[in-house]
Amino acid sequence: MRTQSSALRSKDLLGIEPLTPEEITLILDTAEGFKEVSERPVKKVPALRGQLVINLFMEASTRTRVSFEIAEKRLSADTLNFAASGSSVEKGETLIDTAENLMAMHPDMIVIRHKHPGAPKMLADRLPASIINAGDGAHEHPTQALLDAFTIRERLGRLQGVNVSIIGDIAHSRVVRSNIHLLTKMKANVTLASPPSLMPAEIEKMGVRVVHSLDEALEGADVVMMLRIQLERQGKLSLPSLREYYNTFGLTPERLRRANEGALVMHPGPMNRGVEIASDVADGPYSVILEQVTNGVAVRMAVLYLLAGGHLVE
Amino acid sequence: MNLLITNARVVDPSQDLDAKLDLLIEEGSITRVDKKLKANVETFDAGGLVVVPGFIDLHTHLREPGQEHKETIASGTMAAVAGGYTAVCAMANTVPPNDERAVTEMVLAEAARHGACRVYPIGAVSKGLKGEAMAELAELHAAGCVAVSDDGNPVYNAQLMRRALEYCSMLGIPVIAHEEDANLNEGGVMHEGFYSTLLGMGGIPAASEETLVARDVILAKATGGHLHVAHASTVGAMDAVRHARRSGVKVTCEVTPHHIALTDESVQSFSTWLKMNPPLRSADHRDAILEAIADGTVDAIATDHAPHHFDEKNVEFDLAPFGVIGLETAFGVCYERLVRAKVIKLPRLIDLLSSGPARVFNLPGGTLREGSLGDITILDLDARYEVTNTFRSKASNSPFIGETLHGRVVATIVGGVVRFDGRAVAEPAKRSRKKP
Repeated sequence: MRTQSSALRSKDLLGIEPLTPEEITLILDTAEGFKEVSERPVKKVPALRGQLVINLFMEASTRTRVSFEIAEKRLSADTLNFAASGSSVEKGETLIDTAENLMAMHPDMIVIRHKHPGAPKMLADRLPASIINAGDGAHEHPTQALLDAFTIRERLGRLQGVNVSIIGDIAHSRVVRSNIHLLTKMKANVTLASPPSLMPAEIEKMGVRVVHSLDEALEGADVVMMLRIQLERQGKLSLPSLREYYNTFGLTPERLRRANEGALVMHPGPMNRGVEIASDVADGPYSVILEQVTNGVAVRMAVLYLLAGGHLVE
Repeated sequence: MNLLITNARVVDPSQDLDAKLDLLIEEGSITRVDKKLKANVETFDAGGLVVVPGFIDLHTHLREPGQEHKETIASGTMAAVAGGYTAVCAMANTVPPNDERAVTEMVLAEAARHGACRVYPIGAVSKGLKGEAMAELAELHAAGCVAVSDDGNPVYNAQLMRRALEYCSMLGIPVIAHEEDANLNEGGVMHEGFYSTLLGMGGIPAASEETLVARDVILAKATGGHLHVAHASTVGAMDAVRHARRSGVKVTCEVTPHHIALTDESVQSFSTWLKMNPPLRSADHRDAILEAIADGTVDAIATDHAPHHFDEKNVEFDLAPFGVIGLETAFGVCYERLVRAKVIKLPRLIDLLSSGPARVFNLPGGTLREGSLGDITILDLDARYEVTNTFRSKASNSPFIGETLHGRVVATIVGGVVRFDGRAVAEPAKRSRKKP
């Protein structure tokens, strides 16, 4: 018999890879309850009252940072935002020293965004606070995958058996790695598409189908997830031009017709309109891109709540 | 300088010797190897132990001059004798680099004053390790350099590599090549493969090593020079060396204990103690190294002992310097992973640690023949122990802390003098820091 999880096993959320399917379901179910909170006139519950959450954002972020902060505030936590610029990081302080100094002020949780993979684990191994990974390099971005899954489940009613095609800069994407872990654990079918020069080594061993054609990826897809071309992360050696990329892998209304009827169009943001996605698609009837953002708050509330020791209330 | 070693099992691959014998060392040299020797000198009872020619490390970073916070000639050679090494070859990438005779002489003078074992300096190939102009190689050789290398920096300019091989063939010394085309790495910090993809880290593909090995064996063939491939770590590097040697090219190679024992799978811990260059490779590459050890392609096991300060390694994986220490764990790791795992037999391992390195760089030692250096290592093959953070090295960046190994170095004798005695020496106080 499958046991229903009622709490998370770890004090931290470092990635999707360590989670069980039951834990993923627990987070998604908990988020459903919290989504309603954001629709009330008084958008606040006392779940984290008296708890201090530090948002340690060492890399630029709009959506994730704001979403976490809103989630924390709606749970009545005390929050503090810390950015690398204007801090002692610019004076050469190491991450561990920064974190240990913050820890000395007794936060209950630290949400960290960092450009280097493994940085959240470094903190989790050393600090008693709960560490939440808000994106570490190209490694993982677990709350993004959770909000993507929440959105798919809400729209399609399930994750199992859903055909999800993820298209774009696979090599440099943390979103894709967390999504692969989550979707394969939940028995969805994952297809990745990009030019071979943007596809990392041996990724098919993660249990996904790899293709190098947009049309092939769209055929039979229930969900089309577009990834940003991260121009700042590569030289000019992986792609000839944005124009050529758009012509071969850009999602246009015409090409989207190959996907299944009513296929969802998703994007973790920020979008490059006219590079990986045409505005007609991004703003079109099948786009759930802004719903993803809305759901992000509920999912992050669920993660914060469960890591603080909360349980799913049936 | 005089010492009698009795009741030993003597294993000397240089003369296919494996027998119960006594050894007499007089005036720093081995004078007699025979049954039931008697002499009125200090006696070392090696009953139950194995006596072998002293180990020689072809690839040690002693960090002096310039980076004494990581290691010094004194601390590095203490680590060496604790690991059974009677001689180490000191890499040229110090600060300043060993690209002129004054630096060579300083290293040798410091080693003579404070060294626990012999130190053979390796000179730079190019001035400032910059890969542009050739260093004064004949003068470096005359000052005592036994080989030349820009280790850490690949020699990208094929013409420089070609001319260095030619020039060194006149001197009778090898050019040691750190083979890596970093253009293929894109900021890589670990082996490019499934695990770099899983962890989202920049990859160092096997091809970055193999393309330069292939180029350099062609240059060795064209020049007749002696190419020594440092820390070979891939299937293709082994194939290239094996193939070139069969066709008569003067090419030798070394492998490291960490590439023998570990794979990239372990990097999932994000421990910077597992970051080195070349990186830990995938299991298929590791298996190719084992195969090349068994079939004779590999000439030597070299540690690439690369000490770093704790603070330098106590950072994000991407930001940590490459390198691990290895002198004090090399024998135990190799005995465990090669002999006890039945890849090779003990005499072949001793060949890889001692006779082989002596052959490759044409160094004295590596043998227990009468008349040779009194450089001897005494081993206890049955000792079982856990590697702890109690190194003689200044550094503690070992990937093997916590491993249980068999095979311990009991004593190390350099020129007839016991420089390390594991029977009596107290363990240094344990450091409590957790490894990153």
